[in-house]
This record gives sequence, C-alpha cells and structure tokens, in this order.
Amino acid sequence: MHREPRSREFYVLALFFALFVVFLYGPLSAIVILSFQGPDGGLTFPLNGVSLHWFGNLLEKQAVGDFGGSFRRSLVLGLMVMAVTVVVSLLAGLAFRRKFLGATPLFYLSVASLVVPSIIISLGIGVLFQQFGLQPAWYSSAFGAHLTWTLPFGVLIMFAVFNRFSPSYEEAARDLGASSWQTFRHVVLPMIAPSLVGVGLFGFSLSYDEFARTLMTSGTYNTLPLEIYGMTTNVTTPVLYALGTVTTLFSFLVIGGTVGTILYLNRRRARA
Amino acid sequence: MATIADATTRVATKARTRKPGSRIGEFAAYLQALPLLVILGGFLLLPLLMIAVVSFWDYDFAAMYPDFVTFNYTETLGSWVTWKTYLNTLKFAVIVWMITLFVGFWVAYFLAFHVRTSAMQTVLFLVCTVPFLTSNIIRMISWIPVLGRNGLVNSALVDTGLVAAPVEWLLYSDFAVVLAMVHLYTLFMVTPIFNTLMRIDRSLVEAARDAGASNLQVLTNVILPLAKPGMAIGTIFVVTLVMADFSTVQVMSGGQSASVALMMKNQMSLLQYPAAAANAVILLVLVLMMVAGILRIVDIRKEL
Repeated sequence: MHREPRSREFYVLALFFALFVVFLYGPLSAIVILSFQGPDGGLTFPLNGVSLHWFGNLLEKQAVGDFGGSFRRSLVLGLMVMAVTVVVSLLAGLAFRRKFLGATPLFYLSVASLVVPSIIISLGIGVLFQQFGLQPAWYSSAFGAHLTWTLPFGVLIMFAVFNRFSPSYEEAARDLGASSWQTFRHVVLPMIAPSLVGVGLFGFSLSYDEFARTLMTSGTYNTLPLEIYGMTTNVTTPVLYALGTVTTLFSFLVIGGTVGTILYLNRRRARA
Repeated sequence: MATIADATTRVATKARTRKPGSRIGEFAAYLQALPLLVILGGFLLLPLLMIAVVSFWDYDFAAMYPDFVTFNYTETLGSWVTWKTYLNTLKFAVIVWMITLFVGFWVAYFLAFHVRTSAMQTVLFLVCTVPFLTSNIIRMISWIPVLGRNGLVNSALVDTGLVAAPVEWLLYSDFAVVLAMVHLYTLFMVTPIFNTLMRIDRSLVEAARDAGASNLQVLTNVILPLAKPGMAIGTIFVVTLVMADFSTVQVMSGGQSASVALMMKNQMSLLQYPAAAANAVILLVLVLMMVAGILRIVDIRKEL
C-alpha cells in the first residue's frame, strides 16, 4: 500500500476519535480518583486528602450491603452463564451450518431475545416462577434470565464465525481419513477457539454486569449489580466510588486476561 | 471481537458443499440446536406467554386472580400519563439514536478508513469496547462528580467566569439522561457500522477516485449507501435499549423524568403485576414493530 500524506480529514477525525475516547473514559477516571478521597471527603472534587479509607469501608457490612456475598454470587453466576453460553452457542452455530426445519424461526427467536426489553423478561420469569410455586433464586431464574441476554450474542458471533469458515479444511481432513469427531477436535476447534474465548468473555461480562434482568428474578439474595443499584439511592459517601473502582478493575482484569488468551491462541495457531 | 478482526482476512466462503440428503447430519443439527431452543423456550417464550395471559387477570393489593378482564389495557391506554410517558420514551429514543448514529458512524469510519494497520485497528477498537464490558451503573454514576452542582464542569465554568452560578440542569435532567445514554450505548452503533465498513471492497473506493470523485463524493455515493446495513443493526440495538431503559432515566433524571420501563418497574414494586403485564405487552408490540420495520431494510443473516 502506498503511503499518502495524511489529509486534513484524518486530523479532524483523529481529534473526534480522541474526544470520544476521553468521553468514554473521563468520567470513569473521575470516580477512580475520588475513591481515594480522604475520610472527610465528599462525593465531588476537590480531594480532601488521600486515603484508602473507603476501600476499607467496603469490607464492613454496615457501610454497604453484603459486598462479599453479592460479589461471590455474581462471580459464580457469571461463570455458569459463561460456560453454558459457550457450549450452547457453539452447538447452535454448528447446527446453523446445516439446513434444518425451523432454522429460520430459531434464528429469529434468538434475535427476539436480544430486542425484548430486559425488564419484560424479568417480569415474565418472575411471574412464571411465582405461578408455578417455584422460589426464584440467582442460580435458577436469574441464571435463565441472563442466558436470554448472553446466548443471542454468542449465537450471532458463532453464526458470523461459521459464515467465514471455509469447509475445505474439513474436506481435506476427511480426505485424509479423519472421523467427524477428529475433524472437529483437531481442525475446526483450534481454528474457532479464539472466537469461543471471545464468546466466553461476552457471556461472563454481560452476566456479571446485568441487573435489569435480575431485578425480579434474583430471589432472596442480591447479585453485585443489584447491590450497587440499591446503593445509588441511599449511599452518599465515596464508598460507592470505591466499589465502582474495585468492580471496574476486576472487569479490566477479566478483559485483559481474555485478550491475552486470544493472542496466545492466535500465535499458537500461526506457529502450527 | 476476534470475528471482527478476522473480517480483514476472511475468505469468501458462501458456497457450502454439503452432501445432500444426509439424514444423520440433519438429526445431528436438531440435537445441536436443541439446547438453544429449550433455554429460549423456557426463559423467553414461556415468560412472554405468561405475561400475555396475566395481562388479562384481575388483581388487588395482595394477589392476582385468574380471570379475563380488559381493564388493565383500558386503564393503561386511557390514561394520559401513559401517553405522555410513551412520548417521553420515544423522545429519548429519537434523540439518542440521532446522536449515537452520528458519533458511531464517524468513529467507525475513522477506524475503518483512516487507521492503516490492522493491529492498530484492533487496539483502538478494543479501547472503544472495554467500557462496554464494565458495569453500566458504575458508568452512570461516574457522571455525578462530573456534572453535579460542585462537579468538574461547573467548577470549570465558574472558575473561568463563564457563568456566575453553577449550572443546575447538567445533572438530574433530561440532558443528563441523554448524555448518559449516549455514553452507554454508542458502542452498539460503532461495532455494527465498523463491521460493515470493513467489508467494503477497497477497490470500489479506488474506482470512484479514478473516475474523478472527490472525498465527499466517495463518502456520500459509495461508503454511506454500503454502510446502511450496519447502521440499521446499530439502530435496532440503540432503539431497543433506550425503549427498555429504566435505570438511566431513574438515576440521571433524579426521578424527574419518566420512561415506560420505569413506569412498569414502579407498578411491579407495587405488586400490580397485571397492570405491568399489560404495559409490557404494549411496549413489546411497539418495540417489535419498530424492529420489524428496520428488518425490512436489512437482512441480518447476510450481514453477519
């Protein structure tokens, strides 16, 4: 590709993009800074000293709700949702490669799952459990509610992946005498592994941060986003920011780990 | 994410070579699709059916009673509060849609056509994606120290002498709601548009240039028409997210503005489930009609 000098359009758009990034990250950095507020500091600038006071406050039960318990529940729920999303999306992606009766309705059902307002799903599952005499809980009703949000993403991503997947690799493997399972295990799976890791990241993150769908379905015990949502109305100290900083840091770690894994898988594939 | 990065190097593989009439293959496809069907059936279709049924039930302060009454609908549709709330929600949807479409297109356009290496493209795209994978509520409340009465913006305005007293409408206002929604949802516009732009054959742009088109003409005659499917998908995301939103409206307007979902949530907290269900049915019909309208323009299956 020949290199032309950058046009004026480039600089204008680059500035626009930079402003967009500032817009995305600016407010977030404000609460990260404010979470180090001194013990007497308030919800806004200026900083009244620098301390870890509010992070310490997180561990006390009376300052916030049950932070440890809700974090643990969200973590386990996120992992459950992640595992099911990866497996079910992969299977559905494989199914959609073939023509089968009902493929189109099932595809549109997945799309519908994406566009139906979350609060309606929350209400529906809540009422359904109530009418069937089941106790809603984060590991049953909320688990299902989260899957209606993560599965469409997973299915659409797998759909896109297999749209671009050349069958000639599988044909080559079959010509060399590989069984269907061997073809899948040693040819298809390594090629789509990075995308599967991406689907897993989506599954975990979307569940870990979801709260509209959890509203009516979590039962007795809150997940972390519900806990934070409750805090927005009744907590007026920087402990809210400390919580935000900790959960955001955790999300960043998860994303960083995932991107690292994808890069590693891609490199290994390139070497092989 | 990886799929989008792959888009650059993808091979066109539209033609599938399948052995016709492979019975076992078809059976396997059913088995593979089954888990998805079971989960969506149990946690999407069944609950929606339940809502439709419950919306015709009677209720009092303590419980719901199976019945066939229509007053949940007549009460909802007959109240001017409902109409005002729907109009307010649609207003947010239109404003947020226009802003996210504008911002989303230019960001995606910059990434797709002005960033030269695919490594840089991936990095910058990730930079845009990361906030989407963090908590929405935290991203919402992060505006409080920025927009509040003693927030960063107001301090700056007062310090520079631009205004005498802090501006009150920055936080807890419709402005704050729209700003936070744009902040939360623009990525849903950037991703599909970026995806579509990456698939535009670059030789089309060169051909237009060779035929003497200016940059602006290339943009309006080649790129914009080809970007429409991405814009349509982004529009579906943004419009449905805004129509379903209650938390942003509640937190950012400080209770001064209303949305349909917020109205539903209040009914739910008062245990008026049949009334909330009737509202849900109306909202769902409205949203599905909007999506169906958009889907007439674009075939999603081809765009993935």
